[in-house]
Amino acid sequence: MTTQEALFQYTLRIADTNLILGQRLSEWTGHGPFLEEDLALTNIALDITGAAKSLYEYASTIENKGRSADDLAYLRNDRQFLNNQITELPNGDYAMTIMRQAIVDCFDFYFYSELTKSKDETLAGIAQKSIKEVTYHLRHSSSWVERFGDGTEESHTRIQNALNELWQYTGELFEMTEVDALLIKVGIAVDLSKVKDKWQKHMDDLLQKSTLEKPENVFMQTGSRKGIHTEHLAFILAEMQALPRMYPDAKW
Amino acid sequence: MEENKFEEVFESKLAKNEMVEPKDWMPENYRKHLIRQISQHAHSEIVGMLPEGNWITRAPSLRAKVVLLAKVQDEGGHGLYLYTAAETLGVSRDELLNNLHTGKAKYSSIFNYPTLTWADIGAVGWLVDGAAIMNQVMLQRTSYGPYARAMVRICKEESFHQRQGFEIMTHLAFGTADQKAMAQDALNRWWYPTMMMFGPPDSESPNSENALKWRIKRETNDQLRQKFVNQTVPQVEYLGLTVPDKNLKWNESKKGYDYSEPDWVEFKNVISGNGPCNKQRLLARNKAHKEGAWVREAAQAFARKRKEVYEAA
Amino acid sequence: MSDNQGPVWEIFLQKKAGQPFVHCGSLHAFDKEMALQNARDLYTRRGEGVSIWAVPSNAIVASSPEDIGPFFEPANDKVYRHPTFYQIPDAIGHM
Repeated sequence: MTTQEALFQYTLRIADTNLILGQRLSEWTGHGPFLEEDLALTNIALDITGAAKSLYEYASTIENKGRSADDLAYLRNDRQFLNNQITELPNGDYAMTIMRQAIVDCFDFYFYSELTKSKDETLAGIAQKSIKEVTYHLRHSSSWVERFGDGTEESHTRIQNALNELWQYTGELFEMTEVDALLIKVGIAVDLSKVKDKWQKHMDDLLQKSTLEKPENVFMQTGSRKGIHTEHLAFILAEMQALPRMYPDAKW
Repeated sequence: MEENKFEEVFESKLAKNEMVEPKDWMPENYRKHLIRQISQHAHSEIVGMLPEGNWITRAPSLRAKVVLLAKVQDEGGHGLYLYTAAETLGVSRDELLNNLHTGKAKYSSIFNYPTLTWADIGAVGWLVDGAAIMNQVMLQRTSYGPYARAMVRICKEESFHQRQGFEIMTHLAFGTADQKAMAQDALNRWWYPTMMMFGPPDSESPNSENALKWRIKRETNDQLRQKFVNQTVPQVEYLGLTVPDKNLKWNESKKGYDYSEPDWVEFKNVISGNGPCNKQRLLARNKAHKEGAWVREAAQAFARKRKEVYEAA
Repeated sequence: MSDNQGPVWEIFLQKKAGQPFVHCGSLHAFDKEMALQNARDLYTRRGEGVSIWAVPSNAIVASSPEDIGPFFEPANDKVYRHPTFYQIPDAIGHM
């Protein structure tokens, strides 16, 4: 594998993760628990989808084979998608959405903080922009985890259930492959083991503040680094990619 | 001051084109009319998020996806501005939402039509927002201060919405044959429902007279409709599409187009609940509200525990 | 079961550092942090501000329309409070 191939895979992984999470979050638009929160969540979806767009544009230039950013998003199949599985899970109730958001926001916060130091200027630049957005996302999701944890009995149960359900998908966030190894060597990729320590500490604090119990001895799901996903992803793509695939000659 | 004196002050404000503010005295009918109109307007924004939101997950390009997300979010924001404007008249958002959810309150009939294809998203932005803007521009000068100020903000933000819709239409109209057909089909289905947005003909409009007298409205339904047709026909021609109206013809003497009236029987039916999507729109709003109840309760309980709420007078 | 949208807050935005805070509208929120976040998401979507104040609506005391006379008219004839009331010789220039 060349550095260029590795960089392409690496950028796609971040792009796919953002796109699929943005896709899920935008399902809430118009259906939020109250109007102000509807707008807040849509803002987050907008940031994340915007980041995906920049990343696909960069991936397109890295690959340099005439595939556009839209081609990469709309014309690859589920086995070629590299997003973390946690992003493709159905939204569930609002507690599930918020807990997933807190887990991913917290990961993104430390991940992008490291990525700003990347020797790849474009990735560092995208991280620079994203870190500001993610800082806000994390503040939003954390404050809701706290509210649910220490709100009513019902909200406490719901957010604890969400945590229990989602925890099995957190191992995957930190998995590294030969792509990571190769790019870490040249100072481009982030060493995810370092992110993991910080993430863990931050999550521990948040869960404690929110009177929640961290699940122990959880068997972690895996697969997305090899393009293996939950059953949900193919449905997401079928919906998302329908038009460009139905009208292959059309420009939108 | 006795009632007459208050009324005099109110009338003189209207006469001088001054704004009426929340704490000012106002006739009970004026207040009622405003609550009805502003909340209908707010409901329309919120219900309007549904047919467009439909297509966010299916938008055919990354650019189209972020633009549509931003646009639908704006509609939500506009609903919010309007609800808070209505609240200055002494009604709570809870009450207003309850009226919407139980079917007691009305919203713009246009959102009871389905968005079947991507071209519909273009048509909604171009035609429906175009028609809405015409109304809204007029309402920036409406006599009730909070409503007028909300409209100023809304108009500023809406300005990209119509352009976004028209851009989609240009991509389609100048795209492949399939795309052009999709655009024409959308125009065929949205033309008359859009014409209905201005309300019944002046001769049959029950609320118009007071609205004009109080300067809540400043132009009649028919005046606005004519303006819309005059503005839109050249745009249709530019796109190379055809307005689905055989009677459409330039009339030199009135410097405007003659056009066919929409089907007012259909209009009355859609307004009173028989449109293609009335039930599903209300169901979606009710579902979101119901499923959000525990979220709001949790937030309230948390705030009480942390003594974050100001319970003072 | 009580079910509401939370208390109403009044939102003030500062457009640029050093400028005054100006009222831009209201919203519902259940606590202070939420009021700030909602204000950010609702009223600064187009970069309209750099700082936010959120004030519970019920903490605001307002004058009444009837107060216009006694409150504000007495200030109208105090012309000596304005710089244009005083004559400065041309030779002095700007003061």
